[in-house]
Amino acid sequence: MSAVTSLDDHYDVAVIGAGPAGLAAATVTATAGLSTVVLDDNPAPGGQVWRAVTTTPVQDRRVLGDDYWKGQEIVQAFQASGAKHALGAAVWSLSREREIGVSFGGGARMLEARRVVIASGALERPFPIPGWTLPGVMSVGGAQTLLKASGLVPGGRVVLAGAGPLLWLFAHQMLQAGGQIHAILDTSDRAGWRAALKHAMPFVTSPYLVKGLKLMAGVRRRVRLLTGVTSLAAGGRNKVEAVIFRQGSEGGQRMAADMLLLHQGVVPNVNLAMAAGVEHHWDAQQLCFVPVLDTFGGTGIEGVAIAGDGAGIAGAEAAVERGRLAGIAAVRALKGDTGKLPDETASRKVLAKYDGARAFLDTLYRPSRGFRIPAGDTIVCRCEEVTAQQVIDNVRIGCTGPNQLKSFLRCGMGPCQGRMCGLTVTELIAETRGVTPAEIGYYRLRPPVKPIALAELASMPKTESDVTAVVRI
Amino acid sequence: MFQRVGKSEASVIISVDGTRVTARAGDTVAAALLAAGLTSTRTTPISGTPRAPYCMMGVCFECLVTIDDVGNRQGCLIPVSEGMRVDTQKGKREAGR
Amino acid sequence: MSPDVIVIGGGLHGCSTALHLAMRGSKVMLIEKDHVGRHASGVNAGGVRRLGRHVAEIPLSVASMEMWHRIRDLVDDDCGFESHGQVKVAEDEAELARLRARVDDVTALGFAHEELIGQQELREIVPAIADHCVGAIVCRTDGAALPYRTVQAFKRKAESLGVVFKEGTRVLGLQRADGVWRVETDKGVETATVIVNCAGAWAGRIAEALGEPVPLEVIAPMLMITGPMPAFLQPVVGSAGRTLSFKQFANGTVLIGGGHRGTAHPDDNRTDLDWERLAINAKTVYDLFPVMRTAQIVRAWAGIEARMPDDIPVIGPSSTSEGVFHAFGFSAHGFQLGPACGALMAELVTTGRSNMPIAPFDIRRFQTAA
Repeated sequence: MSAVTSLDDHYDVAVIGAGPAGLAAATVTATAGLSTVVLDDNPAPGGQVWRAVTTTPVQDRRVLGDDYWKGQEIVQAFQASGAKHALGAAVWSLSREREIGVSFGGGARMLEARRVVIASGALERPFPIPGWTLPGVMSVGGAQTLLKASGLVPGGRVVLAGAGPLLWLFAHQMLQAGGQIHAILDTSDRAGWRAALKHAMPFVTSPYLVKGLKLMAGVRRRVRLLTGVTSLAAGGRNKVEAVIFRQGSEGGQRMAADMLLLHQGVVPNVNLAMAAGVEHHWDAQQLCFVPVLDTFGGTGIEGVAIAGDGAGIAGAEAAVERGRLAGIAAVRALKGDTGKLPDETASRKVLAKYDGARAFLDTLYRPSRGFRIPAGDTIVCRCEEVTAQQVIDNVRIGCTGPNQLKSFLRCGMGPCQGRMCGLTVTELIAETRGVTPAEIGYYRLRPPVKPIALAELASMPKTESDVTAVVRI
Repeated sequence: MFQRVGKSEASVIISVDGTRVTARAGDTVAAALLAAGLTSTRTTPISGTPRAPYCMMGVCFECLVTIDDVGNRQGCLIPVSEGMRVDTQKGKREAGR
Repeated sequence: MSPDVIVIGGGLHGCSTALHLAMRGSKVMLIEKDHVGRHASGVNAGGVRRLGRHVAEIPLSVASMEMWHRIRDLVDDDCGFESHGQVKVAEDEAELARLRARVDDVTALGFAHEELIGQQELREIVPAIADHCVGAIVCRTDGAALPYRTVQAFKRKAESLGVVFKEGTRVLGLQRADGVWRVETDKGVETATVIVNCAGAWAGRIAEALGEPVPLEVIAPMLMITGPMPAFLQPVVGSAGRTLSFKQFANGTVLIGGGHRGTAHPDDNRTDLDWERLAINAKTVYDLFPVMRTAQIVRAWAGIEARMPDDIPVIGPSSTSEGVFHAFGFSAHGFQLGPACGALMAELVTTGRSNMPIAPFDIRRFQTAA
């Protein structure tokens, strides 16, 4: 089942990512009779938002909440669709000819698809503060995954810091699970509220409002909330021992802590799409790079679409609809209108509802400059341990962009391939040079976008022409 | 430090640096290490400072461990299995282990 | 103020030529369409190797090697150069016999840098080599450097001597009138009395514009790198029978290359990797270095460069146009030649001749009698 040989050479549709968008896309194409494979490196379907929805030990539905359990329905529909699901399959390459390199069950291989839907979702925006590499400092999303997949609740003095809906959702879930939160340090900019108001009308009528406000109110009743946090650091020798912070322009405070959970929003996970050559542009509203897409998620590369948060952050419900639209486009392209398709208009209606509310959330939770663009000894590139000051110094001696920075400092050259530093580096160089992030661009990404074992690559099945040895002296 | 909640699944025995550790079926390696009380799960090849899993979703590569002699594997993506041998990595990992 | 010389191409050869011209007192402008070291010069394997060179290249390569060993004197930076030797291993007696014949040929030409060694000495120099390897050629004072750092060092030194770098500037056309070359670029017109074509993969277009087309092939040699491993290897290792260049950096990462090719798209600065060929590269390493069997490949890439049909470069004056000189087509092994070739070009430009035997590199060798 989970051997690389169980995969075929060709599929009509390959979906990369088994989160909301990927599952929805694959359900549409498989139901329409197209051979469909879903490749995802996680051990169970659901992506991050519905992580472990089929296996979670946290069976009390009040803990993870209705929005989480909604995923069950989508997963079940997917499982009934006839799509092949390769669990634990890491896609490391996608070419313009839609050839996919994948590691699965201890082997590697290439496979081809007539249509590809990239549904690789989002990742948490880097949160580079002093001490963020210390053990005991973790992302809120990471802690949430531990809760969903393993029923693990952080203990001791747990401090949450940052901003964004996920932070509040996790705080709520953690409390529901019986955990205790020592404090929440809110880094959202107070100016954000005022700026967000002009986008408030669509938000008021959106599904976000009631849920969001209720949840925040519940958490605030039970947890000490410190607002207007303008600086933040994790202190400790070999693990986090304290959180050092400032509120507004007040003096520094120190709070003993055993864990610090950080979050300041999510951004598209662009690595695979960029490495495949999909054009991206800087989104000044969401402060990240997003792919250039048509209304069905289609990219500039023939037969390759992007759905879900990887197409720009819009959340799980929108991801499902964007997945469906990408699926519909794939079916139409390969089979024409078969009638066995979900209603496109319904999907677009739902999308409009969420899109309208997004501007409010993006503005409200826009991460402050100081938490995006670090200074001094703060580590920017965790893998190669490159500091903000090193980046700034190198820019000043003529390193003009992220790609030169790789050569100058090895910044972005470690195993995470820039996922933890890419946006920070772009914004830091842009600020140092006094130009826009759009002008600086992002790291030039290349396959493999995930590490591949040399032994797997060495034993990859070969075509005949490649077997002919090159003999030379 | 983490506490377990939710229904108890079957337990899985793995070894971590030669010590017997009981994990829960469905745990990833990284989750099992944190649940077992490990504060840090590796030291870096650059400065040798301790690190621990950060993102738990395959992005940060902080959870790299050696599993059954194969190094630099992402502990947060690989489920535990009975008898699995996990070794934490100190600095540059030993070649050919 | 017009320069005396315009160098087209900001790779190592362009930068080295510009530097040496400036050292000889010329006013130099270097025009580069992207940024210095963007292509092959910045992303190659960094091998600094005389071992296995085409006999025509040996004199230039030997001269360059002497410059590498004093590279700091030239550019005020050690360029990450380390001299732990280069080794080419034989996996069986037949391969070893071929290597022996090669060493005999080189020795007969009066060069002593290539030495044949047996299995025992191979194991001493490369303890991690697989047991079945029977011997090797070694060039003990060959080595490796850091390509991007090297190009940057040459650029900085050239700049400090007055060379003007125009990066992000693309040459669109060349015209000569009254003994002066007009170089039309997307940022305006520049003039000089001499042009040096160091445009690498793009050099063929310039030669063509000058009426001397060359059969230049644009290639994309691929490289892979692993995560950090404990130190197990000092020299750079190649293979007699397979495509391989293999070395470990001080930070523990291991570079795997040797010349398997992806696809180059020079018009949009893009390369596509060929994973089936990289798999062959990985298999070679798997076979030759058992310690690598648990390694993880973390990145792969390809540079864009020029290859000539006979695998040696074009070096020398244009056959059609006065005041134009070429240095391109290094066919995936030009990095080591950079220092000496720049000096040679500067000598050619300023004195019109050189003591180096450059006849084999003449551009006219491709002009068949019509």
